[in-house]
Amino acid sequence: MTARGAMAARLAGHPTAVAVAKRIGVRLIAGVGVLWGAATLSFIALHVTAGDAALSTVAGQGANPTKELLDQVRRDFGLDQPLYRQYLDYLGRLLHGDLGQSYQQRIAVSRAITEQLGQTVQLAVSAAAVAVLLAIGAAVLTARRRPWRSIASGVELTLSATPTFVIGIVLLIVFSFTLKVLPVSGNDGPRALILPMLTLALPIGAVLAQVLRSELEEVLEQPFILTARSRGMRDTVVRVRHALRHALVQIVTMSGFVVGGLLGGAVITETLFVRQGVGQLMLSAVTTKDIPMVLGLVVFAAFVYVVVNLLVDITYTLIDPRLVTR
Amino acid sequence: MSSLLEVAGLTVAFEGTRVVDGVSFTLQRGECLALVGESGSGKSVTTRTLVGLAGYGAHVHADRLRFDGTDVTGFTDRTWRRVRGARIGFVLQDALASLDPLRPVGREIAEPLALHTTLSRAERAARVRELLESVGVPEPEVRAAQYPHQLSGGLRQRALIASAIACDPDLLLADEPTTALDATVAVQVLDLLGSLKDNRSGLLIVSHDLAVVARLADRVAVMKDGRIVEAGTTDAVLQDPQHPYTRALLAAVPSAHAKGTRLSTVERPTVPAPAPVLDPAPGGAPVLAAVGLRKSFPGPDGVARVAVEDVSLTLRAGETLGIVGESGSGKSTTARLLLGLETPDAGEVLVDGTDWSALTPEERRTHRRRLQIVYQDPLSSFDPRYTVDRVIGEALGVAGYPRGIRRRDRTVELLELVALDAGYLGRRPLELSGGQRQRVAVARALAAEPEVIVCDEPVSALDVSVQAQILDLLADLQARLRVAYLFISHDLGVVYHASDRVLVMRDGRVLESGDVRTVFADPQHDYTRELLAAIPRLATHATPPPTPMGVS
Amino acid sequence: MSAFTATAAVLPRTSRIRLRPGLILAGLFVAVVVAAALVPQLLAPHDPLAIGAEGAFLPSGGGHLLGTDESGRDVLSRMVYGARPSLVMGLGATAIAVTGGTLLGLAAGLGSRLTESLIMRLIDVVLSVPELLLALVVITLAGAGSTNAMFAVAFASIPSYARIVRAQTHIVRRSTFVEAATGLGIRRSTVIWRHVLPNAIRPVLVLSTIGVGTAISAGAALSFLGLGAEPPAAEWGDMLSNGLQYISNDWFLVAVPSVAITLTVLSITVLGRELRRRSEGRST
Repeated sequence: MTARGAMAARLAGHPTAVAVAKRIGVRLIAGVGVLWGAATLSFIALHVTAGDAALSTVAGQGANPTKELLDQVRRDFGLDQPLYRQYLDYLGRLLHGDLGQSYQQRIAVSRAITEQLGQTVQLAVSAAAVAVLLAIGAAVLTARRRPWRSIASGVELTLSATPTFVIGIVLLIVFSFTLKVLPVSGNDGPRALILPMLTLALPIGAVLAQVLRSELEEVLEQPFILTARSRGMRDTVVRVRHALRHALVQIVTMSGFVVGGLLGGAVITETLFVRQGVGQLMLSAVTTKDIPMVLGLVVFAAFVYVVVNLLVDITYTLIDPRLVTR
Repeated sequence: MSSLLEVAGLTVAFEGTRVVDGVSFTLQRGECLALVGESGSGKSVTTRTLVGLAGYGAHVHADRLRFDGTDVTGFTDRTWRRVRGARIGFVLQDALASLDPLRPVGREIAEPLALHTTLSRAERAARVRELLESVGVPEPEVRAAQYPHQLSGGLRQRALIASAIACDPDLLLADEPTTALDATVAVQVLDLLGSLKDNRSGLLIVSHDLAVVARLADRVAVMKDGRIVEAGTTDAVLQDPQHPYTRALLAAVPSAHAKGTRLSTVERPTVPAPAPVLDPAPGGAPVLAAVGLRKSFPGPDGVARVAVEDVSLTLRAGETLGIVGESGSGKSTTARLLLGLETPDAGEVLVDGTDWSALTPEERRTHRRRLQIVYQDPLSSFDPRYTVDRVIGEALGVAGYPRGIRRRDRTVELLELVALDAGYLGRRPLELSGGQRQRVAVARALAAEPEVIVCDEPVSALDVSVQAQILDLLADLQARLRVAYLFISHDLGVVYHASDRVLVMRDGRVLESGDVRTVFADPQHDYTRELLAAIPRLATHATPPPTPMGVS
Repeated sequence: MSAFTATAAVLPRTSRIRLRPGLILAGLFVAVVVAAALVPQLLAPHDPLAIGAEGAFLPSGGGHLLGTDESGRDVLSRMVYGARPSLVMGLGATAIAVTGGTLLGLAAGLGSRLTESLIMRLIDVVLSVPELLLALVVITLAGAGSTNAMFAVAFASIPSYARIVRAQTHIVRRSTFVEAATGLGIRRSTVIWRHVLPNAIRPVLVLSTIGVGTAISAGAALSFLGLGAEPPAAEWGDMLSNGLQYISNDWFLVAVPSVAITLTVLSITVLGRELRRRSEGRST
């Protein structure tokens, strides 16, 4: 297979295109594998807790559940089927985007997610953009430049060690209660987005800036930077044109951290600022022990992670040609 | 007309430490000056200061620093930028690291043109092609679109030179321009640099290797510890060196001396050898032999690649067998097969007449002690948590010394044998210099009381002078302990100096073998001749010419 | 003396201990937190649970250095008593996570290829879910409360520790010094015990100091979400979510636990990074 692939590449005259496709293909399969694993773990968790689930669903109706009622519920949830059958059904439903039924809200998990998703995407995407821009700016401008370097790295260290909710509280105290320029909570309009977005962006941006700077400083030690400067190029231009691209490769590998930080942070930020969104959905599902909803959200999070990583990997191959030809 | 470059009393300090200390020299148009020194001599920092890039946190002071009659001491970065790349070109070592690996080489070469000229994009592309052609790069259109890692070392270095001369500078600075290259390619690149210089431009070349620059330089300045210790015309410095350091540098070049001569001027250690002296008759049974070794590894595409093919050799007590070859020739794989770290696909390795593969794993383990290895990078061969005491002690444990006073005494003895002392017992490898680390590695190898020590590029990472000391140490130990060496190196000079017999390898096969003097004086294979022709040569009175060895 | 001896005599690398002011402050603060966790009764002026007679929402000063909360309890005392649950959370969760992660990582790094790929694929799957979400799953299944929260935080960080240990084990196993030890004829089990294990585990132990800070922060986040310690226990995260109800009137009640958590995590991080810096300086 590999030998034939190499031959085909040579014949086509585009070894890189084939290599890129192959690389992405491998990643795609790995991503599907991860999702399958997440689904399986989620199925196991569902199955282990299914008995309670049936009970807790009926327990809400007050009366002492009769055996008939429990059997009815079990049939509704498909619990009377053999295990492998349940598993295959579960995977089949997932393939159609069906993440199961919420115990508490009595609606499809996928519908609950789609209803809430818009708000969270708005928050997460804007926060990610702000975090990356802040990180790049801080790192490029302060790497190996005294005394800005130590000031910036002190701020970043503090921000990265500060829990998300504390950052949010500080922002609330300053901008909402003292200066009274921004709203305390809610989902209305861009002004209500500013504080939650910053709350989410600052700690992530701080960590990214630290990694980016140390990476930049390593790159700035490289001979090709000296070569570029010996051609008469401005230091800042050298940083942006030659060094940044190398350092960004490192940022790209941190996409998992960023996705995790955004999704985890969304739970806290949405709670603190009383915003609607997937994070709120998760928290209320956890407090009401709505297991299908929790697990559905987890599988969804894994899906987001896999998709983002795949996109990032494609970007990666574009940034660094060595990955493919080597 | 004034000198192209005039430097007087140049001092560069980092955090209070003077790296360059009162350096003065001049360079005329049409002239080539070489700055020669070992690592840490300040030669590179001096060069960088000449383009205003001494480095982060550097304090530069000069009584006079003039380029083409202009005082540059007060230059700001802005004024420097108009000089760099336009009037002074800069070539660094190893183009793989000195060209941006994420950009095609054509874009790198076009960069100074975009900065300093008003050429349009198309004109720049045309100029890049012209430049690549002028530095001898074939198919310039294709090469310009390739990335540095897709080019060979020689082509890469040529591309780097093209980017330095893009704006036709008056002064070209070349910092170790050939160090990363195989010997045969290095000669071509040096000739290219020489041909680029005309009577209105100057060339400043920096190197650790006197022999390399002698080929090109009109004048030589020898640097040590931030100062110029000796300067003069190339002939004068090579023929009649005045400073003891220059003399020592010249004497340390191993290619000029056959086995049995000393390279360093360090006293021989006077401790008597306490180890039992093995004394088989010369020409007795081989302690190590290999017959028809073959080994292949699966490549990244799954297709097996042959690393070693039909290699046979014998090694007797007290002799040194050299294996020489360029990277990828299979010499290290051969060593790993001999050591039993890899299993051959075919052929057998005989240790004292017994076949490795016939041994049970347990027997093999007890046999390992008899074959020891000294690596190129000794630091990575020590557990980072261990002190020198524990490193050697572990090997002594294998040789049957129980923990206690006797082991301790033996450790000190071994340290003295490699010209260290008990003061090193508590040191960690990180706290030692490269030469000291290699001495500890040799002491550990000896501690196991082996019959054979495989030396895998043992001096390649060391400065010439330290290299000389280690080579002398190995020779002394062999004379006293009659241990056999398998000496692997890419450096013909080193192998010539260290070996009795030699094996020339290429692409996993032995091309030629025999007595080292015979092979070097009368090579039978074209490849061997090519390798020999690329050895840098010094024509000095102090030492006889290295080739043809004794048959001139 | 020849010219060469001078070149060879390289100065030994002295391990200069430079104490920067930030480091000293961090060390002092951690010492205070540890003291508060061990003997809160010596540092706290009042009973953290006693409902004061002087009244609620008292400003700082007088008998209450940091004032009182909505029930008239002394805020300073509650802050002092809050150190213990935080440290227990941080140390406990990290200890569990490091132990679990190290065992898994070593099993993957030293075991058969099948064991390794099973463990690593499982870790890949678990790592695809954000740590906080993982912790929330554990709490959903096991229930809220401070002990469960500790296990939840620990469970969520096991995969990252395991991954580091496994990667390190691979590096060490392939290292030249392990080959050199094997070449001396030392038994494989001895080589693993003597060289592979200590060098594979060391980086994770260093990293785990920073992990303690992260775990405290994660634990506080769970309390803040109402899934950790049950009120009225003095616990920083809980004090914080409680104080949030009165933030518009008296933001001091929120500020005190915020500062306590942040300074603790920050100080531990500063110390952990210094430790990492030094250990890397020595091992590379």
